[in-house]
Amino acid sequence: MKYKDIYQKPELVKAVAEALHRTTTKNWTLMEVCGGQTHSIVKYGLDALLPPQITLLHGPGCPVCVTPVEKIDRAIALAKDHNVILCSFGDMLRVPGTKGDLLAARSEGADVRVVYSPLDAVKIAENNLQREVVFFAVGFETTAPANALAILQAYRRELLNFSLLVSHVMVPPVLQALLKEPDCKVQGILAAGHVCTVMGTRMYEPLAERYQVPIVVTGFEPVDILYGVQMCVRQLEEGRHEVENAYPRVVKEDGNLHARYMVQQVFETEQRVWRGIGALPGSGLGIRKEYAAFDAEKRFCLQEIHSEECPDCISGLILQGRASPVDCPVYKIQCTPDHPLGAPMVSSEGVCAAYYQYGRGAK
Amino acid sequence: NRGRVEMAHGGGGSKMQQLIEEILLPAFGNPEGAARHDSALLQVEKIQLAFTTDSYVVRPLFFQGGSIGSLAVNGTVNDLSMSGAYPVAISAGLILEEGLPLEHLQAVVSDMQTAARTAGVRIVTGDTKVVERGRCDGMYINTAGVGIVRDGVDIGPHRVQPGDAVILSGDIGRHGIAILAAREDMLDYCDTASDCAPLNSAVTILLNSGAEVHCLRDLTRGGMASVLVEIAQASGTFIHLREEAIPVSASVRAACELLGYDPLYIANEGRFVAFVPAADAETALKAIRTASVSGEAKIVGTVQKRETAGVSICSKYGTERHIYMLSGEQLPRIC
Amino acid sequence: MCLAVPGRIRDVKPVQEWMYSGTVDFGGVLREVNLSCVPEAVPGDYVLVHVGVAISILPEEEAIQCLAELEHAGVEFEYEEGLE
Repeated sequence: MKYKDIYQKPELVKAVAEALHRTTTKNWTLMEVCGGQTHSIVKYGLDALLPPQITLLHGPGCPVCVTPVEKIDRAIALAKDHNVILCSFGDMLRVPGTKGDLLAARSEGADVRVVYSPLDAVKIAENNLQREVVFFAVGFETTAPANALAILQAYRRELLNFSLLVSHVMVPPVLQALLKEPDCKVQGILAAGHVCTVMGTRMYEPLAERYQVPIVVTGFEPVDILYGVQMCVRQLEEGRHEVENAYPRVVKEDGNLHARYMVQQVFETEQRVWRGIGALPGSGLGIRKEYAAFDAEKRFCLQEIHSEECPDCISGLILQGRASPVDCPVYKIQCTPDHPLGAPMVSSEGVCAAYYQYGRGAK
Repeated sequence: NRGRVEMAHGGGGSKMQQLIEEILLPAFGNPEGAARHDSALLQVEKIQLAFTTDSYVVRPLFFQGGSIGSLAVNGTVNDLSMSGAYPVAISAGLILEEGLPLEHLQAVVSDMQTAARTAGVRIVTGDTKVVERGRCDGMYINTAGVGIVRDGVDIGPHRVQPGDAVILSGDIGRHGIAILAAREDMLDYCDTASDCAPLNSAVTILLNSGAEVHCLRDLTRGGMASVLVEIAQASGTFIHLREEAIPVSASVRAACELLGYDPLYIANEGRFVAFVPAADAETALKAIRTASVSGEAKIVGTVQKRETAGVSICSKYGTERHIYMLSGEQLPRIC
Repeated sequence: MCLAVPGRIRDVKPVQEWMYSGTVDFGGVLREVNLSCVPEAVPGDYVLVHVGVAISILPEEEAIQCLAELEHAGVEFEYEEGLE
């Protein structure tokens, strides 16, 4: 596959790993922000290729882990409304709400459909004009253009039966929330390459400066990830803390201006609650007034849904790299991949699921 | 209450296993004590019979490389073959939805006829029921199959031992991706046809090759990963695979990369794994490759002795990761 | 949050005023992809696609790009073109 095979070549991976061993002289703790990066690291066992001094913490960059339980409960409530077709990415179907998940709702008769693209949900709305079609729009800056396009398309085609239940979040505010904690162990950040493909890299400069932390924009293939770690460790060894781009084939400093303009048209920054971390000002995207007709929160009365987090679940601390699953009272007891209590136990690369299955990273 | 049936209970994963162990086995019992196997083995005078049953609910009914009809016949033939039996006769119970176009029924039935002729087995009995529109998805097929186990053949997970070679009969993931493409919701087109095919001729060649065969299993729902985890647990052994040895076609790999799937968990309908002693591995491999359905067979791993049963895979970078059974069917990912 | 894969544009067709979409080939797999965020892309270009939307055009010579990146990181390696 063009643009993939070369970045998986064992001899190139070996070469970067060797350069990394030569560069590393001290212990360093890095955090890879994106769940997609975590998936590659776990799938290819890349952390086993790193020098022993380097520890990789899995960051909060995964919609399964950070979507607040209120939004899950609202999606489930909407799905159970007989006139609603609830479309969602596959990732969200097993995420636990206060009572059950979307898969359980489906088995109780809810019309829950997995889609690959938000624009497929628009097609479903077009083909089911007599039904309300709600798309569960989760994700980070990378997914925002697709959700904006879904609303703009529905607006142009006057599809008044289509709406979005939005739980959009952004990376810089959550990184700031992590880095400003006194007991934060993270010394270097591997930023999510595809977020920067859309947004560019400038937004990280204030963070690198204020918290004296190197931030290296990193890709997802094995060569990309090791290359990102190599550049980050080199900065740490040389005492530098800059924003560097280890994914130049798709990331430009200003990102994709067309995509950013589209997101600007439909969404505006607002405060967003992050599961396990809490409310972070300016950390989310909400639908602008002009497109309020497409906002499921305004179209359906969802306010009086009472949500509550499993009290024993410490996913917040785990997401911030300040605790590990083995510190959790319900880990491996009530909380297992078949019956996840917290979100990091749901997706295969969630920290708790990775620990449970591979005992990985149990340093 | 004990909750409800979920899609996951049919996905070939741990939830399906749980349903079998907690509800079905206690009721149906497992008199022969034979580990859960593709076919039950019945001793009738001096003959050992293999007896199996399966249901086919694939949607859509027709896809590149097959249909619910060829799937039903080949699937039954394959279940019988995996216990070392050669298939003798098949039954087919059809459940038809009111409104199903008759030419679709005709096409399915002629597919069944062609598949039976190719596999050299006869459809000897059948039944047809019709349900009101909306109570079933066009058509379901339930089959039963009877075969005769060859003398001296004892094949099953109980015989898998450390040192055995694991032979995979061909590239994986074709059927699951062909179905996805036929549904045209996530993919518009994929140049992959289902691998739906009978495996009895390949098994016959293998058993006649003189190689000792410990275990055979066809890789259907839940993909190769689920089958190997099940066999490792049933045999108390540890199966170690080499990622580079496992063939995956370019378009199946492309579809899995696009949708966030792992090919190891994608369904197949014409692939099997064989566990043979290391000494017989080359003989078995050469023999299997002479059959058309397994011309690209490869040794993809070995059985090891470790404290716990399990499956792991060694990446092309020399690192190892453990393979687990999913709870239900695999869902697409964006992250 | 961002599983994105490269694919080659086969055709481009306008959808609405400034909205474009086209068929993208991911290596034997075809899917309709929205190209509104890469309006300058033409058939034959490679684009990076996330949840059905192209978010970037990929540079022409990917092999040279990769090797240049590695040299920049002080990585020594031997790599002949035909290693496939």
